[in-house]
Amino acid sequence: MTVKYTKDHEWVRVEGDVATIGVTDHAQQQLGDVVFVELPDLGRKVEQGKEAAVVESVKAASEVFAPVSGEVVEVNHDLENEPARVNSGAETEGWFFKLRLANPAELDALMDEAAYKAYVEGLA
Amino acid sequence: MTEAPQSNAENIKTTPLHGLHLELKARMVPFAGYDMPVQYPLGILKEHQHTREKAGLFDVSHMGQVRLTGDDPAAALETLVPGDIKGLARGRMRYTLFLNEQGGILDDLMVTNAGDHLFLVVNAARKERDVAHMRERLKGKAEVELLDDLALLALQGPAAAGVLARFAPEAASMKFMSYLPATINGIPVVLTRSGYTGEDGYEISCDKSDAEPIARALLAEPEVEAIGLGARDSLRLEAGLCLYGHDIDETTTPVEAALEWALPKRRREEGGFPGHGIIKTQLAEGASRRRVGIQPEGRQPAREHTDICDTSGTKIGEVTSGGFGPTANAPVAMGYVDRAHAEVGTPVQLMVRGKPLAAKVAAMPFVPQRYYRG
Repeated sequence: MTVKYTKDHEWVRVEGDVATIGVTDHAQQQLGDVVFVELPDLGRKVEQGKEAAVVESVKAASEVFAPVSGEVVEVNHDLENEPARVNSGAETEGWFFKLRLANPAELDALMDEAAYKAYVEGLA
Repeated sequence: MTEAPQSNAENIKTTPLHGLHLELKARMVPFAGYDMPVQYPLGILKEHQHTREKAGLFDVSHMGQVRLTGDDPAAALETLVPGDIKGLARGRMRYTLFLNEQGGILDDLMVTNAGDHLFLVVNAARKERDVAHMRERLKGKAEVELLDDLALLALQGPAAAGVLARFAPEAASMKFMSYLPATINGIPVVLTRSGYTGEDGYEISCDKSDAEPIARALLAEPEVEAIGLGARDSLRLEAGLCLYGHDIDETTTPVEAALEWALPKRRREEGGFPGHGIIKTQLAEGASRRRVGIQPEGRQPAREHTDICDTSGTKIGEVTSGGFGPTANAPVAMGYVDRAHAEVGTPVQLMVRGKPLAAKVAAMPFVPQRYYRG
């Protein structure tokens, strides 16, 4: 199992050819209280770096970009009823959607946990 | 995810409570030229709810406090605003608007009859401009002094009166929109029973050097939490109150903005303020557009600049403030629509990221106001 991170603060966890995607704990802290999540339709093909979902806090709306390309195979409907799960468990129960990977090589360009941690510290 | 822009550290001003905000671990953002707390660790949602349930303390020292003196400062000010200032009793305050010759709103403000002077509170982003405007237009009629040595705090919420009465017992019997000089722990302050949340509460004007001890004394009371600008915005939006530069500006008139209540009968008839001709016509015939409340269906908020369309998809206006209302427990918004669509209950569509979101024109406030009228 591999977990990778993007500069836009998404995480992607890969198991086999399926990638689970969400926003990082740092992201949820920056967003504040999440009040709405818009998830992609099942079967939609998303491209790496393109908008795939939307997360809205009390303050503002933010795009969630696909860390890798693929086809949406599952979405976390629990977030529609309880968007605050993004705050309580950004990297666990607050996952957004799952993709069937189109090009696993795209993962190589993403950061590992240590690199992401250093990146976030560099933003402060 | 996209990162919020980082604050530009150069030329940014601070309030006398800046150190306290940092100590309280506020997240600071640039607002109207000041480095201000957008939220504390409690977070916007809980800060909002806390203010509605107990009491919140806000630093609003960035706002402009102005003293107007002269032979008849009320008559002088009436040449710039449509409010009844001459009829304002001593110790009472009122909301009014600086207007331009087209009836557009240059700023909204509070005016208090403080006896030997008028005390004005104007928006932070407009204060220099307002002062220059008054100095130019009221030359020879009134002296205009920007009170840069003052701080301004707001204590808002149902527990505000009980909390403040522990320090200044006379505050408890003040009515909504009244003014009273008092002391807090021996420190001289000027209290007004007013605010920007829809709740009962006070604004507390004091010397800059006294702001921190007063803030600390109030924050030490069990009901009081520090509240940032994020919750201030969601509180005022639920209360249906305008934010200058968003819901009202130089291109909107008081009639378009549904602020007819700030246009008293005598001034409508007599005029003597900028834009009177246009406003009189709009009062008689109606304006082509009107500020209304917008209630989106479902949970998705519609933000500022979202297009408002009729049910056939034709654009009829734009959202000027929108977000999630924690007390309403629903998305809430306000904006301008063509007059034909301004009636409460009219179905509309909001174009959110290219998709239509069903909504209705709604009555404001979204949450009942709870002012203390005695």
